[in-house]
Amino acid sequence: MLGRLRFRHGVHPPELKELTARVPIRRLPFPAELVLPLRQHGGKPARAVVRVGDRVERGDTLGEADGFVSTPLHASAAGTVSDLGLWPHPDGSYAPAIRLAVDPASPQALRPRLVPEWTALEPAGLVEAIRQAGVVGLGGAAFPTHVKLSPPKDVKIDTILINGCECEPYLTTDHRTMVEYPERVHLGLRIMMRCLGVGRAMIGIERNKPDALEAIRATLPKDLDVTVHALEVKYPQGAEKMLIESLLDREVPSGKLPMHVGVVVQNVASAATIAEVFETGLPLIERIVTVTGRGVRRPGNFIVPVGTKIRDLVQAAGGLTEDAREIVFGGPMMGAAQASLDIPVLKGTTGVVVLTAADTKPTVSYPCIRCGHCLDACPVFLNPQLLGQLALKERWDEMATNHLADCMLCGCCGYTCPSNIPLPQLFQLAKAALRKRPAA
Amino acid sequence: MSAPPLLVTASPHVGAGDSTPKIMWNVVASLVPVVLAATWFFGPSVPLVVGAALVGAVGAERAFGRRGTLADGSAVITGLLLGLTLPAGLPLWMAFVGGAFSIAIGKLIFGGLGQNVFNPALLGRAFLQASFPVALTTWPLPGTAETWWALRGDNFALPFASARVADTLTGATPLGRMKFEHQPTALWDLVLGTTTGSLGETSALLILLCGGYLALRNYLNWRIPASLFAAVAGLETLLHALAPARFPDALFMLFSGGLMLGAMYMATDLVTSPVTNLGCWIFGAGIGVLVLVIRLWGGLAEGVMYAILIMNALVPFLNRWTQPRLFGTTRIAPGR
Repeated sequence: MLGRLRFRHGVHPPELKELTARVPIRRLPFPAELVLPLRQHGGKPARAVVRVGDRVERGDTLGEADGFVSTPLHASAAGTVSDLGLWPHPDGSYAPAIRLAVDPASPQALRPRLVPEWTALEPAGLVEAIRQAGVVGLGGAAFPTHVKLSPPKDVKIDTILINGCECEPYLTTDHRTMVEYPERVHLGLRIMMRCLGVGRAMIGIERNKPDALEAIRATLPKDLDVTVHALEVKYPQGAEKMLIESLLDREVPSGKLPMHVGVVVQNVASAATIAEVFETGLPLIERIVTVTGRGVRRPGNFIVPVGTKIRDLVQAAGGLTEDAREIVFGGPMMGAAQASLDIPVLKGTTGVVVLTAADTKPTVSYPCIRCGHCLDACPVFLNPQLLGQLALKERWDEMATNHLADCMLCGCCGYTCPSNIPLPQLFQLAKAALRKRPAA
Repeated sequence: MSAPPLLVTASPHVGAGDSTPKIMWNVVASLVPVVLAATWFFGPSVPLVVGAALVGAVGAERAFGRRGTLADGSAVITGLLLGLTLPAGLPLWMAFVGGAFSIAIGKLIFGGLGQNVFNPALLGRAFLQASFPVALTTWPLPGTAETWWALRGDNFALPFASARVADTLTGATPLGRMKFEHQPTALWDLVLGTTTGSLGETSALLILLCGGYLALRNYLNWRIPASLFAAVAGLETLLHALAPARFPDALFMLFSGGLMLGAMYMATDLVTSPVTNLGCWIFGAGIGVLVLVIRLWGGLAEGVMYAILIMNALVPFLNRWTQPRLFGTTRIAPGR
């Protein structure tokens, strides 16, 4: 059954996509150095298999998957491993990373096929090839794709949803991908349908991207049961649970995953990347990044090698303006502010948003006035007001009883709070505190 | 490229643009027309009484509150609202004491903004009513063109000195007349405000408009006045149909007394009303029912103040009972 193409609650932040929505994707020259943190995705980080001084070609394995929920890491350019050590990670920590001095003399040519032809593979072989290629979700959360494509035997998947909402303000990578590479989205979807043995798929795109809707509709394969749906423009329309409600009118039970309601959700960029990986024969070593915000002079959408530093991206976008003040990885609703220009782009980095001093939020908070706006905003119907008050008193266990685990840190409560209480930050803190202690 | 000084804050990095002071000052601005209208009806006593309550509230916030909290505007709202619940002829020192009580005992003692259980202005008014019952129930008549300039009572009486008998015409409020003399008041007088009553009790229409502005901007939860009006109108229509002689009609009940001011400005106080929408429906309806019970069967002519204070006390329970249904569950989320 088709859903109502919208979900309840949520917020309407300014879209601010006009900065880059019409800027075609451009490939950047290779920077002099790339930094590849071993932790690129959810699950366990990869294990380095190279040493300092090793010469690597583009696509060579730098790190191996460490367990099932992990993926290999590949060299995104030909060059020499110059260092293995700690490097500032986008999550704010120092984390193990491989530094790669890019060989300026290398043609960076496509190597002989590293990923097999997809047409010759059975479903299990396809999933394995996707895993080997290091594919993770490119919508931001960066969960290893092969895990989603390997549901347990007792779970029956009936529908694949392709997420083209891109509900975060500013970002246009998914948008441009759909406009410029719609066939890749469809090919990636076709491959995933084969992986899962699923006959039906739906593509959900927010209504504010008519050109993307048109491009995706115009290239729709005739032999597959795939439908395209224009969705209400509202944040967080692209959250898995919200998308499933919008398209299928199914509520993912609390504490469960989309697969428990028979659904696998994949981002359009992930679909396009799967297609590209099989087309070019190279693993996931580059991605499209929106570099935008009023803090850069020439915002744009760029294809860059994984590991490109903010410094090089900002330079490609014309440099920082005088009043640039804050640099955010991902969208402004959920993205993390970065403290240094040396921080590299990960596989899951959707965008680099540079905010000017005028764009940043005030840092002063007021006491909670119990206006209840956060309750009207929360898309999973939590009581952020209560959770926030508990968090300020460090009453973590009571937060757990009040369903903190269901919070996906979408930021709607913090966006709407007139007292500017950093609710998502408090919830993140509480989640971390609860993780540290043994489950009761 | 040299590294600029980068700001690192937590997400979300964009906001809806509202802030607590902005909400508060908007409420203050929306009360200005109400004060002006009261001045139109009751003359120069109005700015004096409202001003005294305001100075009491702001002074208490400045003296006992945390540094900088005056700027959030909430003490100004309390002062204005308290002033609007008082009769025009009230001695100024009483209004001042009421304002100081509202903020010091009604708000700061609980921990300041956001922490108080009861509406501070109404708590101040309840304190005054208990302390100075006669002064609080002496209602001057609205002025005429010739008498507009006259004070409406002994505004400048010294503290605890017995007030001189003012040569002002006073009279019972429409509710008092209805309750104790069974005298109705023309509906149009109630709507426009050309009757006796406290300063803000009078122009129901204007209060509805000013409060409506706040509702449109989502600075008050419209469900509270909606359910309050619905409860009063529904119940009173039923009673009036059963016994027209004993019970006045619903419009009289809606537009008389402090019901409009209470419904639009007191009950909707963000801090002392429920956070859940269902809670707000119940809260508003509860106030409506209590208002009628007090007005019709209680010893007082007017019951809005106590109705709201009683429901204020139930807000923590309403919040607990009306927790939202968690996404992906059918059970009610357990409260604390």
